[in-house]
Formats: sequence, C-alpha cells, structure tokens
Amino acid sequence: MNLLRNIIPPLDVDLVFVRPWTTYLDSYGWIFLMGFLVAAACGLIGNYIVLRRIALVGDAISHSLLPGIVVAFLVTQSRGGFPVLIGAVAAGILTTVLIDVISKKSRVKSDAALGITFSTLFALGVILIALYADHVDLDADCVLYGEIAFIPLAETLDIAGLNWGPWPVVRMGLVCLLTLSLILLYYKELLVTSFDPGLALSLGIPAAWFHYGLMIGLSIVIVSAFEAVGVILVIAMLIFPGVTGSLLSTRLPVILGLSVAFPVLYSLLGVHLALWLDCSIAGAMAVVALGLFLVVWIGVLLKGLIPCEVQKATP
Amino acid sequence: MSGLVQRKVGTSLGLFLLLSGVLHAAKIGELVDTSWTEQAVRFWHFTDPAVRYAFLGSLFMGISCGLLGGFIVVRKLALVGDTLSHAVLPGVAFGFLWAGGKDVWTIFIGATIAGLLGTTLVSLIVRTTRIREDSALGMVLAGFFAVGVCLLTIIQNLEMSGKAGLDKFMFGQAAALAEADILMMGVVAAAALILVFFLYKEFLILSFDRAFGAALGLPVRILDGLLMFLLACSVVISLQACGVVLVSAMLITPAASAYLLTDRMHRLLATSVVFGCATGVLGSFFSFLGNNLPTGPFMVIAASLVFFLTFLFAPRYGIIPRRLRWRGQCKRVALENTLKAVYHALEIKKFSDRHVTLGELAQRRNTSTILVKQEVDALVRERLAFISAEKSGSLLEEQALLLDHKGWVRACEIVRNHRLWEFYLTHEADYAVDHVHEDAEKIEHILGESAVRALERKLNFPRKDPHGKLIPSLEDIHYGNF
Repeated sequence: MNLLRNIIPPLDVDLVFVRPWTTYLDSYGWIFLMGFLVAAACGLIGNYIVLRRIALVGDAISHSLLPGIVVAFLVTQSRGGFPVLIGAVAAGILTTVLIDVISKKSRVKSDAALGITFSTLFALGVILIALYADHVDLDADCVLYGEIAFIPLAETLDIAGLNWGPWPVVRMGLVCLLTLSLILLYYKELLVTSFDPGLALSLGIPAAWFHYGLMIGLSIVIVSAFEAVGVILVIAMLIFPGVTGSLLSTRLPVILGLSVAFPVLYSLLGVHLALWLDCSIAGAMAVVALGLFLVVWIGVLLKGLIPCEVQKATP
Repeated sequence: MSGLVQRKVGTSLGLFLLLSGVLHAAKIGELVDTSWTEQAVRFWHFTDPAVRYAFLGSLFMGISCGLLGGFIVVRKLALVGDTLSHAVLPGVAFGFLWAGGKDVWTIFIGATIAGLLGTTLVSLIVRTTRIREDSALGMVLAGFFAVGVCLLTIIQNLEMSGKAGLDKFMFGQAAALAEADILMMGVVAAAALILVFFLYKEFLILSFDRAFGAALGLPVRILDGLLMFLLACSVVISLQACGVVLVSAMLITPAASAYLLTDRMHRLLATSVVFGCATGVLGSFFSFLGNNLPTGPFMVIAASLVFFLTFLFAPRYGIIPRRLRWRGQCKRVALENTLKAVYHALEIKKFSDRHVTLGELAQRRNTSTILVKQEVDALVRERLAFISAEKSGSLLEEQALLLDHKGWVRACEIVRNHRLWEFYLTHEADYAVDHVHEDAEKIEHILGESAVRALERKLNFPRKDPHGKLIPSLEDIHYGNF
C-alpha cells in the first residue's frame, strides 16, 4: 500500500476545501466558472453526437483541428481570435468530408476511415509544430492536455467601464450561450434529424445541412475549449454529460437539463480533487465525470436488480 | 495571481517540462546540427546502436500491429484499437509507480491490464445499458486517459528518479528503445506470429462468421479474449516507438491499405505486415533526417501516404481504376445499344438491304439525327461499322451505315443475348411476356459466352423469342443465314 500512499496525499481540508472559497476566491471563482462553461457547452452539443451515434466523430474532429489551428497561427501569427476559429472550422469540415469520401468511395468501413483521417491530420499538426517550433508559440502538450489554471486571468474585458471578467472566460461563456440558443432555436429540427433523418427529409428539413451545421458547431466548441481541457479530455466533456443523463431519463429536454447540471459537479468536484491530489484540473474533471458515470451506472444496475413489486411498493 | 494558483501553475509547468520532451527529445540519437544527407547515410549504415534498435523496433511493431490490425479492420473494430491505445495510459503510470522507475516488464503488464480492463468495461456498458458502443468507447477512451493524465501529473510531483523516460510514451521515440524494449517487442511479435499462424483458421472464421464458429464448437469467447489480449500487447509494445495518441493509426492504416489490395485474408495479413514494417522504418528514417523531429507522426504520415496511394490506384478497389473501368463499361454499353438499333433497323427491312440510313436509326432510337450521328461516329472509330460513300445521299439523314463483319457479329450477339434472356424468363421463371424486356435490356451486356451456351442448352436451342422474333444462333451469326 506504499503505492497508494505515494499517489494519494493526506487530505488537507483547509487547502482543498476552505481556501479556494475564501482567500483565493478571486482566482478560483473564475476557474470554477471556466470549468463549468467548458463542460456545459461541450455537454450540450455532445448530446446530439451521442444521439446520432457519432460520438467518436467528436474524438476525430478534436484531434484533426490541430493542423487547422497551426496553419491559421502560422499565417496570421495570432493565437486567439478569428483566424484560428476559421482554421479550426475548416479542419473540422475537412475531417467530416474526408471520412465521408473514404468510407463511401472505397470498401474501407467508416470506423477505419475515421481512424485514418484523424490520425493523419493530427500527425500533420504535430509535425508542423515540430518544424516551425521556433515560430509557433503553441505547445503540443498544451494542445493534448490543456490546463485551466493557465488561462490568463489578467486579460480582462472592459466594456462601458465595467469589468466583465477575464477574456477567455467571457469568450467561453459566449460560446456556451450561443450553443444553448442555437439548440433552443432549432430544437425541433435537431430532434427530428437526430432520430429519423428520413422523416426529417420528408418534412422538408435539410438533414445534411444540420449534420454539417452540427459539425461546425462542434468544431467551434472544441476549439474554444481545447486551451482549457486539451483535445483528448474534451471528448470526456462531450460524451459523459449526455450519456450519464441518458441513463437517468429517456426525455431529451431532461437529458439536456442534466447535461448542464452535471458540469457544475464536474467543475466543483474536479477542482477540489485536483487540489487534493495535486494533479491537472482538466484531468481531474474528466476523472470526476467517469466516476459520476460509474456511480449512476451501478445505481441503475442495482435498481434493475430490485424486483418490480418492491419498486412499486416504495412511494 | 494568488499563491495557490501559482502552485498550480508550478505543477503544470512541471508537467510541461516532463512532457515537452515530445517535441524536443523525440529525435533519434542525440544529434545536433548535421546535414540531412549525412543523417541519411548514417541511418542506413546501422553503425549507431540507437539506429539499429530503432530499425528493429519498427520492424517488430510493424509485424505485430500489421497482423492484429488486419483482424480489427475486417471485424470493424478499428475504434476499439483507438480506445485501447488511449486506455493503456493509466496502466503505464501505475506500472511506473509500482516498479518505482521505468521498468519495461512492469509497465508492459500494467498497460496490458489497463487496456483489457478498458475493453471489458466497454462491453459491460454496452451489454447492461442502452448506451451505444460508440459512446461507450468514447467514454472509456477519455475517462481512462484522464486517469492517466492525473497519475502522470502526480508522478511529476513525486520525489522519484528516472521520471524522464515517461515522456516517450506520448508521441514515441524509436531511438529511445533500449535492449530490454527490443527484447520485449521481439517476444510479443513472435508470439503474435506463432498464435496467428496456428490459430489462423479459427481467427478467420471468427472474423467473418461468428455464428458459424460457435456452431462448429469453437470456444468463441476464449478466442475473442485471446485476440483482444494480443491486440493489447501489440499496442503496448508500440507505445514507445509510436506513442499513445498515434499507435491506433499503425494498427488501422497499414491494414486498411492492404484491405484495398486483396480479398484473401492471408494475403491481407502479409501485405499489412509489409506495409507496417515499411512505414515504421520510413517514419524512423524521416524523423532521423531533421533535428528535433518526433518519430510517431512521421510513421503515421508514411502509412497514410501508402493508404492514399492504394485508395487512388489499387487495381481492383482504387478510385481511379474503378472510374476507368466504369467509363469503359459505359462506352461499351453505348456502342452495343447502337449496334442493336442497327440490327433492329435491318430486321424491319427483313435484311433485304445491308445498309441503314441515319434517318432510320434516329427513328428507331427515337432521337435526333445529330445524336445518332455521334453514336455512329463512335462505332466508326471502333471500326465496327463504316459509312458507305456510294449509297449515301447528300443529307445527314441519308448517310448509309454498313456494319463491318466484327460489328455485325457483335450486334447479333447482343440481340441473341436479349432474346435468349427473354425466352428464359418467360419459360423458366414464369414471367409475363410484357415484363421481360427491362431485365433483358440490362443482362444483354453482361452475359458471357459460356453463360449463353448454357442457356441455349438448357432452353434446347430456341429459334423464336417470346415476341415471335428470330433468335440469331451461332450459325446465323457466322454464315448470315437471314
């Protein structure tokens, strides 16, 4: 058990639970908020890729955004902002098209097409970073893991004399709001195209457009989130809220609500866990997401084991 | 920024230092500023032990990944490979912690256990809930990877020696392979070769028809488990050469390229192994040419190039050969349809005249003379027919077409195919007489000589089709008995 003692330090209640809420609230507040916003935006849009059974397309897109980001960066020499967004969206669309072309034009199945596409694009991105390492203020590790604690809190957004908070948090908030409003606006169309594309077409809803729209939205959410959680952990944020919600309910509105509620837990528990174990916050958030899923899953399994009569008898 | 956040930043900076080796340390050999030509010569001379190990490592990786990749591509398990390669990360970290350093075998065992745990969890989730397999794969991939990331960051903060070796597991570094690594890779590659050789038949049945395998009494579960175990081992030994993130590509891409080239499983496996070895060595070679170049991404790019080429040019399944074949087919069908129209026009005249004017053809084809002229030009280009000068009038409609012997034979054959098929459908398949034309229109271009002979024998050499028209027989075609 020497091993466990190595990994898990003794719980310092003051450090882990008290100080983030008192002395250091001004910085930890933003970290909590950022964690929540990232997970909520991902969770909301992630519901639809889970419903469409293309969860791993999210994985593919998150990897393939890398060359888009690097090229945009090399061309414009600016790290944040519009060009990188365009590069990411272009890479996202390219990924979707490539997967489509390979799986439709050859006998290679779509799963292998997906694996080939994203690994090629990701490798291209890593090589580009390596070749232009002197010119790129971008780190492959940062892209892989991200780190919420690295988010520059000093760059704040001031409008009309009011301090609206650090710019990255505000930006993530805007992306989250945009995702939410688009989902509310096109709720019916997204619902129909996700469950029955044939019916959608017969109703006059352009299912293909919604598919590509979803992929573009996914690219935007992922590129905004990757600085905070990295390209691999972003998949956890995309899939876990929706899937955990779908274990608890079969109604989409409820699942959507849950996929905003779970991120609160991910963010709160994740930051405390990271403080306790002294590890990456994004990693800890994803571990919390996994843990929460396991708890809900086991709960559902146990409930299934209890005979129906007993379930009905209990009010 | 407050003190606690600074501590966090410090931790994360530590993570950066631990893992920024990805780009800076991931070069082969400790080489600084040499020209790429010298590097190329050095690589192929194999004097440097690091180069020898990198070469051997790439070969072993190619063998085991190529073999197992072949199975996962035909079984549509490509994404299981992806999940497996991410899920081994916590096992790597645990193995490292357990041994208190970078011990090859402990990490191997830890990573294999983590990978198998991951795939077991996926199948458990899929079996007990409504969650789809893709979501389950994604969850295990990201969840396990997250545990791995946490453990790696914790290790970075521990007072331990030999932490530097861990960074090689992210993107791989073929030159960092030591003798013990090569030994392990060799053992796994040999085990994969031997097991696949002796259990080839069983794995083959399992890949294409599980129910048949179960009916034969094969231990399906055990064989599946064995395949998954071999897959996990292959992923784990490839980690150091190719890295956690990209190793799945070395499973999928060479096998997918081979899948485009052949229909036979044993050839697929052999081709996939060859591609895996070649791209592995090429990847090591290219990363060796420059300074500060990672190994894994180059292997993946090499493999993807091979895939791209086979995707375009594979003789049977490549896009370009298929497109060319399709266009040839279209051209042939168009020619044959024109020939058929000429035959019909001749038949209306009871073969009294061997010439057909373009006007008659246009009427027959129900189209304009200009379009017919284009079709006829195609016939003339193929030397199946020619325009007879003395019989032609001055107008376009009055140009007279005369079939060459070759064209005449082909026209008769097409009409014979058509009418034979109509006869077959009405007599043997009980089709109504007015329903057989459409089917015959399609099949007439496809029926081969042997199929026609078989049909004739089966139908006892009919002379008239269901519409009462003559079915030209072999003698008719060759001696012109009309």
